[in-house]
Amino acid sequence: MSDVPRFWRESNHRYRLVGTKCNNCGSTFFPPRDVCPKCRRESIGKMEELEFSGYGEVYSYTVVHDGLEPFKFQLPYILAMIKTDEGPLVTGQIVDADPSEVKIGSRVRVTLRRIREEGKTGIIQYGYKFILEK
Amino acid sequence: MRDVYIIGVGTTKFGELWDKSLRDLATEAGLKAITDAGIYSEDVNALYGANTSAGQFIDQEHIASLIADAAGLSELGIPSIRIEAGSASGGAALHEAYLAVASGKYDTVVVGGVEKMTDVPPEEANKIVGGSLDAEWETFFGVTEASLAAMIAKRLEYEGKMKREDYAHIPVVSHKHGSMNETSHFRNSIKLEDVLKASYVAQPLTIFDCAPLSDGASAIVISSNRQLINSSENPVKIVSSEISTDYLSLHDRTSIYSLNAFKRSSKKALESAKISKEKVDVLELHDSYSIIGLLQLMELYGEKEAMNLVRNEELYWDKSRPTNTSGGLKAHGNPLGATGIYQAVEATLQLRGKAGQRQVKGAKYVLLHNMGGIGATSVSTVLGVE
Repeated sequence: MSDVPRFWRESNHRYRLVGTKCNNCGSTFFPPRDVCPKCRRESIGKMEELEFSGYGEVYSYTVVHDGLEPFKFQLPYILAMIKTDEGPLVTGQIVDADPSEVKIGSRVRVTLRRIREEGKTGIIQYGYKFILEK
Repeated sequence: MRDVYIIGVGTTKFGELWDKSLRDLATEAGLKAITDAGIYSEDVNALYGANTSAGQFIDQEHIASLIADAAGLSELGIPSIRIEAGSASGGAALHEAYLAVASGKYDTVVVGGVEKMTDVPPEEANKIVGGSLDAEWETFFGVTEASLAAMIAKRLEYEGKMKREDYAHIPVVSHKHGSMNETSHFRNSIKLEDVLKASYVAQPLTIFDCAPLSDGASAIVISSNRQLINSSENPVKIVSSEISTDYLSLHDRTSIYSLNAFKRSSKKALESAKISKEKVDVLELHDSYSIIGLLQLMELYGEKEAMNLVRNEELYWDKSRPTNTSGGLKAHGNPLGATGIYQAVEATLQLRGKAGQRQVKGAKYVLLHNMGGIGATSVSTVLGVE
């Protein structure tokens, strides 16, 4: 069981895809970073929040058959790396689709879903998943 | 920096060792190593222990002190330090111990690695293995190590860089070698079709593309003490040892299939050893997943040459580029903390000419690569005999 702050402090990032932008070099990041790995010290005080559009395309994907405990009732599930329109890759599930419909290059958009829960009485954790643009 | 030699090695069998605890395993490997070195506990100045996750596997932290205690060293009160770097813990411990001896701080050190993975159910063990990934931005969303390896494979196939059969060949080689090694987790040979037809872990990877969950421990004795080196049989020199890191999450890297940490650590290790990669007689790669094994060959030899090596079956012990003669992680087993240390044990056997059936004739240099997660830490080590 985890305590609540572990999850609510990531709400903005996991519910609204808020990443960061380095105003020194213009690079965008998701998940957010406190320091730009290209500019390093030069980026101090120049990292700004950036809300991603939630659109992108499938860069690669797999169908997971042997998964972690919190996901066992979802097996098999589609997991993908999404190339966002802003640039960075984001890893998450593709839902409401049959694996045969998913291709590298397929357009997707973000959706807010339940990710996992800690037992019957624990915290229900939400976050982003992706659905195919049809 | 002083020259440092491996003067003794020891290992337990790897596998599902239900009748042995973590302390049994660590002690067995350690005692075998000092016996092999022909030394006594009093000759040992310090212990370096590699362990990835005993806290989660067996609810036990403070492993360094536990191992020293179990090995009967408490009365001597010697320094004992645990090193953790995911599944690269063994390589990282070897690196730190090497620096401690080379610097002159200690003369003789035992470096051991141990993991007890089968005291928890496999789903629990897989979750713990996933601890080497990014908990907040990968595993939270359902990512497993195998799923990352699978997505790398899928992308490479999509880009036309390889076919499914190319990386399926890697576990076939490892199992062949594992069948010739009595300490292997698996001693059966497999065929390419077996890999392709087995049940999926994460498409396109099947259970035969993935290294198992194993129990096991390995240990080596390293020394700069001239007397001990001269009195040991066939000392093996630690020619170089280099560590590099990369972005923790796969999605943050410049390319999902560039193992930058391995590229940097292996380049530096070969440079400091002052040898070219053609001089490497035996390779021990981190084949946690078939595709990851092939990626390492691609980083080392380039895409074209790597494909030629697998397609022409050149990776066997009696061919041009002997790779994972131990059986690799796939067949010899992958008890996380012990994995990197066992690579050094195998290399020492090869360089002593004591690797039995799988002996590579006249081996003079071995390059080891031990990796954390899917490449966020890489340790490259060159061992050799003059």
